[in-house]
Amino acid sequence: MSVLTPLDRPNSYIGRSVPRPNAKRLLAGRGRYVTDITLPRMLHVAYVRSPYAHARIVSIDATTAREMPGVRLVATGEDLAKLCAPWIGTMDHFKGMKSPPQLPLPIDKVVWSGQAVVAVVADTRALAEDAAEAVYIEFDELPAVVDIDAARAPDAPVISPELGSNLCFHGKIDTGGVEDVFAGAAHVVEEEFHFGRHTAVTMEPRAIIADYDASEGQLTVHHATQTPYQFQDIYARHYGLPESRVRVIAPDIGGSFGMKLHMYHEDMAVVGLSMMLGRPVKYVADRIESFVSDIHARDHRVRARMAADAEGNILAMDVEDVTGIGAFSAYPRTSVVEGNQVYRLMGAPYTFRNYRADLQVVFQNKVQMSQYRAVGHPVACTVTERLVDMIADKTAQDVFDIRSRNLIPDDAYPCTSPTGYQFEALSHHACLAKLKAMMDYDRLRAEQAELRTKGIHRGIGIATFVEITNPGPAFYGVGGARISSQDGAIIKITPSGDVHCSISVTELGQGTETIIGQIVAEHLGVDSNRIKVMTGDTDTTPHGGATYACRGAGIGGETALQAAKKLKANVLAVAAAILQDEPEKLDIHSGWIVDVATAQQRIELSEIARIAYFRSDTLPPGTQAQLSVAHHYAPQGYPFAFTNGVQACHLELDVETGLVKILKLWVVEDCGRVINPLLVDEQIRGGVVQGLGAAFFEECVYGDSGQLTNGSLADYLVPMAVEMPDIEIGHVETPTLDTQLGAKGVGEAGTAAASAAALNAMNDAMKPFGRTVAQVPMTPARILKALGHI
Amino acid sequence: MSDLVNVTMTVNGTEVSHSIAPRITLADFLRQTLELTGTHTGCEMGVCGACLVILDGRVVHSCLTFAVQASGAAIETVEGLSDRAVIADIQEAFHQRNALQCGFCTPGMLMTAHALLSQSGVPSREDIRDALSGNYCRCTGYEAIVDAIEKVARDRYAGANASAPEEVGA
Repeated sequence: MSVLTPLDRPNSYIGRSVPRPNAKRLLAGRGRYVTDITLPRMLHVAYVRSPYAHARIVSIDATTAREMPGVRLVATGEDLAKLCAPWIGTMDHFKGMKSPPQLPLPIDKVVWSGQAVVAVVADTRALAEDAAEAVYIEFDELPAVVDIDAARAPDAPVISPELGSNLCFHGKIDTGGVEDVFAGAAHVVEEEFHFGRHTAVTMEPRAIIADYDASEGQLTVHHATQTPYQFQDIYARHYGLPESRVRVIAPDIGGSFGMKLHMYHEDMAVVGLSMMLGRPVKYVADRIESFVSDIHARDHRVRARMAADAEGNILAMDVEDVTGIGAFSAYPRTSVVEGNQVYRLMGAPYTFRNYRADLQVVFQNKVQMSQYRAVGHPVACTVTERLVDMIADKTAQDVFDIRSRNLIPDDAYPCTSPTGYQFEALSHHACLAKLKAMMDYDRLRAEQAELRTKGIHRGIGIATFVEITNPGPAFYGVGGARISSQDGAIIKITPSGDVHCSISVTELGQGTETIIGQIVAEHLGVDSNRIKVMTGDTDTTPHGGATYACRGAGIGGETALQAAKKLKANVLAVAAAILQDEPEKLDIHSGWIVDVATAQQRIELSEIARIAYFRSDTLPPGTQAQLSVAHHYAPQGYPFAFTNGVQACHLELDVETGLVKILKLWVVEDCGRVINPLLVDEQIRGGVVQGLGAAFFEECVYGDSGQLTNGSLADYLVPMAVEMPDIEIGHVETPTLDTQLGAKGVGEAGTAAASAAALNAMNDAMKPFGRTVAQVPMTPARILKALGHI
Repeated sequence: MSDLVNVTMTVNGTEVSHSIAPRITLADFLRQTLELTGTHTGCEMGVCGACLVILDGRVVHSCLTFAVQASGAAIETVEGLSDRAVIADIQEAFHQRNALQCGFCTPGMLMTAHALLSQSGVPSREDIRDALSGNYCRCTGYEAIVDAIEKVARDRYAGANASAPEEVGA
C-alpha cells in the first residue's frame, strides 16, 4: 500500500502548483485596468508642474487656459484647500518625528521639481495638456536642499521653517558597551555604503478616476492601488464624507510593489476636482510624471563597522544611516519605516548581541521617498553581508564558513535580535547547506581559480537574510495610522452549490485570488473550479489591511482558512439536520457530504443549498441554515512572522569595460507553509530581478539644483530579459505555529538579498586587483573607477 | 472640427473608418476610439513594448505610430490574435508556466513571442531573451516567459515533425 501524502486527500490544494484562473483574462487582452476604464461624461486632468526644486509661487495666471477648447476647470492649491483637509505623514511610535502639513496642490511654495501646482481639467487629456501649457506661473526660485549632509548643516536653508530644521527623525539604538567591544576586538572592518534612489517603474503608471455624485453624496474612486480600504478612510476623512459614501474599487492593477499604497497629491486632487465638477475625472500619470511623482526608494548612506574576535566570531556592529526622504514624510505610512527597518534589521541573521545604531531621516528638495518592495531590507542586508565577507577576508575564511560560524543555530529559537525583533523559528543553517549543494559551490570556486589564470574574472557572492512578514498592529496601528493589520472574508454558498468568497486582501498579479481559492477549496471540501474569489472593492468586501508587507498569504490566507472552516461547520449542521445524523460524523469531499468513517457520499452540497434556499419548509423546525459566513482574523502571538533564506550570485566582470554578465542566481527561501509553489517561485524570481535592477542599473540621478536628470524609460535603466539570468530556487519549510495555515510572506524575499549577493560577488570578482566597491547601482563607470581605470 | 482627418484601416479583419485628430497615435486610436484596450501604453516612447501590435505583418510600436500613418494598413491586436486562436498555444503555455503577473506587459510579450515563433526552427534561450529585449516586465523576472516561449517552440517543432513523417528521425 502506497503512503498517502497530504496532497492525496480529496480537495487538497495547499501545496500544489495551481495556475492562476484569473490570468486567462489578462492573456486574452481582457484585463480591466483603471487606465482602460471610461465612464460617461468623464473628464481628464493634466497638471502644470514646478520646474524648480524649491521656489515660492508668486502668481498664477490661467486666464488663457480657461478659454481654451474643451477646458472645464482650472484649479489651484487654494481652490482644493477649501475642500480637502491637510495631511501629515507622521506616526506616534516614531518619537519626535515631524513632517509639514500637505495639501493636494501647494499654495505658496513648491518643494520638489515636478511637483504638481495647477490642475487643468478638459474633455480629453490632450486638450488638458494643451491648456496646461498656457498656464503661466511666476516662481521665485529658492536655494535647493539636495545633499543629505548639506541639508543638516547649521546654515542650511530649512525647507519647512516651522519645523526648525531639515531633520525629520533621529533614532538611536544602543545595547551598551559597544565602544569597548570594538576597542578590544581582534578584527574591525568598516565601510561607507551608498544606496542610490530608485523607483518602482510599474508597467501601468498610477491611475485614478474619481466619480462624485452630488445627488447621493457618493464618491466612487477607481484607483490603481493595493490598499483600497486605506484610501476609503483617507478620502472620507480629508474630504469630510461619510465613510459609507466612499467606495474605492481597485480592479486589475498593473504592478504596484508598494508604490501604489501611498497618498499622492495628484490623486487626492482628482477627488476634489470631481467634487467641484460633479463629473468623473481621470488622471493617468505619463511615464515622465511617474518618475517625478511616484515615491522613490532607498537613498541611504550608511557608515558601518563590525568587530570580530581572532577566530572570526562577530562581536558587534556599529551603524550610522542617513537617508533622504524628500520634502516631507509620505502619508499615511511615513517615510521613517524604511530607515527604521534598515537600522533594526542590521545583523539580524547572526548571534552577536552588541549593537549601536544612529538613524537620521532628512528632508531635501526631491520627490518623496517611502516604502517600496523589501522596505529597508536590501540596505541592511547589503551592509551586514559585505561586512561579514570582510571579516571572512580578515580571518582567511570561506564565505560559507564565516556564516556557519556566526548564524543563529537552527535549534536556538525562539530568540530575540539585539534590536528587539522576535524570531519564532528560522532555518539559516539548513538554507545555507542547501544553497551550497544546489550551486555546486566547490566546483564553482575551482572553476573561478582556473579562469582567473586566463584573465576571466568571475565572482561568487552570497547573502543571508531575514524578512519581516505578516505584520500585526505593531507596524502601523500602534502609531495611530488607520491601517488595518486584520483581514476579513465573506464566504457564501450559492443556490447551486458554488462558492463565492470576497476577501480584503488584494490581487496585484501575485496570485492572491488563486491561493485564497485553494485554501477555501481545501478547507471547505469543494473543487477549486467551483470557487470564485472577489477582491479590491470596499463596498463588496470586508474591511482589511489588503496587500502590503507580505501579509496576503499569511494573514489573508488564515482569514480564508478560518472562514471556510466556520462555513463548513454551518453546512454540516444543516446536513446533519437533513440526514438525521451528527455533524461530527460528516465531512465534505468534492462538494458532497460524506460519512467521515466510510467516505460514502450522502448528499450533494448543491442539494443542501437547494433545500436551504428554496425548501426551508422541509427542514426540521428551528433550523436556520447559515450558508454565508463573515469572519475576521487579526494576527496574534509574534508581532511579525520572520522568514529567512540565503541567495547566491555568480557573475563575470569585464575588467576592461566594467560591464558585467550576471551568470546565475540561486535562492533558498523559507516562507513557512508553501501554498502554491509555482506562484511562490515566481514571486522570488520577480523580486530577485528588482534587486538586481537596484544592484546594477537603476538610479534616479539628480543634479545639484535638484533636477532629476534621467526621468524617462530611455534614460533610467531597468532590467530587461537579455541581461537577466536564470534563477534556481530551493525551499526549506518552517511553518509559523501562530496560525493554522502556517504560511509566512514571500513577496519581498527576492529583493531583500539580491543586491547584497551581487555586491559580494562583484567584490569577489575584483579581489585579485585589491579593489572594492560599496555603492549600488554598480554601474560600469563606478566599477572602472573602483578598479582605478578612470 | 475642421482639422479632423479620415482614416480607414483593417483592424482584426474588420474595416474601420473614423474621423480623428491627426495627432492621435495608433495606440490611442485602438484603445480609445476602437476600445481595444488589450493594447497598453507604458512609456509612450517605444521602449517598454506594451503597445506592440502587428501592422501589415510587422510588429510595431503603436505608441510611435500615428493613426493616420496606419491608414490603409491591416492591424492586428491581442484581441484579434486571441479570436483567431493563432496564439492559443502561447497563451496556454504562459498560463501554465505563470509567465505573467500583473499582465500589463503581456499583450506586448505575446506579440513578440508570436513573431519569434512564426519563424522556423527552435530558438535558443539566448535567442528568446534577445527577442524580448524590447519588452519590459517588472513582475516576473522574465525566466517564466522564456520558459513558456521555449516550450511552445519545442512543441510546435515536434508537432510539425510529427505531421511530416518524412522528417522524423532526420
